[in-house]
Amino acid sequence: MIAPDIDFILRRHAGAGRDALIPILQEVQEAHGYLSREAIICVSRHLGLPASKVCGVATFYNEFRFRAPGKFHVQVCRGTACHVKRSARLLDATATALGIKPGETSRDGLFSLEAVACVGACALAPVLAVNGEFHACVGPDSVRRILDFYRGKAARDGTDGG
Amino acid sequence: MITIDANGRPINARPGEMLLDALRRAGLSVPTLCHVEGLPPSGACRMCVVEVEGQRALVPSCALPVSEGMKVRTHSPRALRARKTIVELLLANHPDDCLYCVRSGACRLQDLAEELGVRQRRYGGARTASKVDTSSPSIIRDPDKCILCGKCVRVCEEVQGVSAIDFHGRGSRTRVSTAFDEGLNVSSCINCGQCILACPTGALREQSHVKEVLAALDDPKKFVVVQHAPAVSVTLAEEFGLKPGTDIAGQMTAVLRGLGFQRVFDASLAADLTVMEEASELVDRLRSGGRLPMMTSCSPGWIKLVEQAYPDFIENLSTCKSPQQMLGALVKSYFAERQSLDPAQIFSVSVAPCTAKKFEAERPEMARGGAADVDAVLTTRELAQIIRMRGLDVGALAPGPADSPLGERSTAGKLFGASGGAAEAVLRTLHFMLTGKELEQPRMPALRGPKGLKETRVRIGDLDLGVAVASGLASARRLLEDIREGRRRDLQFIEVMTCPGGCVAGGGQPLGAGPEAVEARMQALYRIDRDERVRTAHGNESVGRLYREYLGRPLSNRSRKLLHTRYARRDVVL
Repeated sequence: MIAPDIDFILRRHAGAGRDALIPILQEVQEAHGYLSREAIICVSRHLGLPASKVCGVATFYNEFRFRAPGKFHVQVCRGTACHVKRSARLLDATATALGIKPGETSRDGLFSLEAVACVGACALAPVLAVNGEFHACVGPDSVRRILDFYRGKAARDGTDGG
Repeated sequence: MITIDANGRPINARPGEMLLDALRRAGLSVPTLCHVEGLPPSGACRMCVVEVEGQRALVPSCALPVSEGMKVRTHSPRALRARKTIVELLLANHPDDCLYCVRSGACRLQDLAEELGVRQRRYGGARTASKVDTSSPSIIRDPDKCILCGKCVRVCEEVQGVSAIDFHGRGSRTRVSTAFDEGLNVSSCINCGQCILACPTGALREQSHVKEVLAALDDPKKFVVVQHAPAVSVTLAEEFGLKPGTDIAGQMTAVLRGLGFQRVFDASLAADLTVMEEASELVDRLRSGGRLPMMTSCSPGWIKLVEQAYPDFIENLSTCKSPQQMLGALVKSYFAERQSLDPAQIFSVSVAPCTAKKFEAERPEMARGGAADVDAVLTTRELAQIIRMRGLDVGALAPGPADSPLGERSTAGKLFGASGGAAEAVLRTLHFMLTGKELEQPRMPALRGPKGLKETRVRIGDLDLGVAVASGLASARRLLEDIREGRRRDLQFIEVMTCPGGCVAGGGQPLGAGPEAVEARMQALYRIDRDERVRTAHGNESVGRLYREYLGRPLSNRSRKLLHTRYARRDVVL
């Protein structure tokens, strides 16, 4: 069964050739938050491309994710300015606090972690962003406080990640 | 022709060709790790860099078109230094386990490190620690030994049209992998082993059955028999330093006896049986309006491709088992009965030029009563390894004849080893079956040679038969697409061999063979066909006796039970 939203995207690209691969993958990720195995197979069938090739293209670009993101998607900036402000340490601290590696999603589905290139807020370095909300000048010690804020928010909303 | 100056010497070059090709023709050996003869250059490895006058940087000769008056230096200190550095960098994260590596002695990376005088580790890189993929019955992938030259990826895509593997990730994290990093066994890999032939290192190798075979030979309770495929006797010699195209059938039989095999059978005889059954099946389809064009079924990589990518053509496949499986079935039925042996006591080994035969032998369809008909499959390379291990001198042994009753073949069966040979063999017998007369010209030049797609029309009585032969699955796919689109209604019979050129160029054959070697191997089979007397399957007395004594006639109930099978759609990620 093709998920209806993927079907919708593929219909929009009826008769498309291999040059449409990246735009289609982008739209699928926009709709699902990531590229699932099933989605990749649907796209490769639609374009008549081998799945190994679609995986090859998708894994080449950092923008594509292969696991469902958490309710809160945490991005740690690893751009030059943040690097100088020791964002490597920040990334490690975040990973330790969440118990996951960059590219992974926590078991409760609440958080996912991603290391990203410059987010364009160098004056605030080092930057940690959660669902697009920037947290400025984040030291390793303040990571837990920030994460707890979002945990509390989830509890208040009465939702979990699932 | 244009003239270029190489190392101060004028050499001829063809306009438009790449510098590397011109240099090699002139006898100048410039090393490469990523070049695949016959495919467009990829320029990935940079080993073939040369100095070109007027150019500041070193230029990869594989991707540089020649031009009149070009002046190049192929082995200048600068070029040599660059090559050596490349090898040193490749070695930076390469496992240092040459002594234990299956490719030791046949590894291009090892050769180049030797040739360029690499004597110490100058760069220490972080090692990768990937899992070795042993999931496939045919091929083992050891990603840590991969140098990312891309030859396997290109052969899989461009020669075979399969694309089971591709580059994943990027930069220092680049790796060659299947879709979703899953095991080769569940991927679209068709087990052909062309990637193994292409690989310059030990990153790809066959799933070895050497241990099992040695154990069986050592077990007094086992009755160990062996069959050898048509294309093995004309390639095994290369493993022992003889030139490509040397046929050593007799010595090989003697060696197999020397190794302790109690019977040495010839799969070419089973190929003769395949001819009888397949020709009868074609007659049947032509007369009863069965599904046409009928397609041959002796190549297991091709069968898997049809099952997974062209299930609408499964009905077109001949129901015949491959010669290996026909002989396997007869050994554990007919032969066992004649010898009063319990089939469970027999250990049946096949020597094949092929890695996909390992997969085929394990197919559930190929087992009867819960036991496989063929217990182990050795590639030509593995047989050579066993011969060396046991210290046998192939050249010193007196040639021996194959065993009766499953050892005597015609040259028609032998031709199965070259692309087009199976079709030629079937047409000879088909003519006899339909007209009662032999073909006046049994040799069919149009179906011979290494081309990927060959065609001919044959007149048999009032029948005008369209025959096509494809080898290399990319060629076969093009043909299938044409048939699907309804453009090839003129064809009634199609032979497909998975590997380009047929079994002589199979994935289990000796490494390092270029197009000339493959051509020489083909010619060896053609010479056998030219020189011997029995050139048709129906003219093979042993085949006649087998039908009289046991099978009845082609397509009889017993033949159908032992020699035929059915295929079904296979669900894999394409």
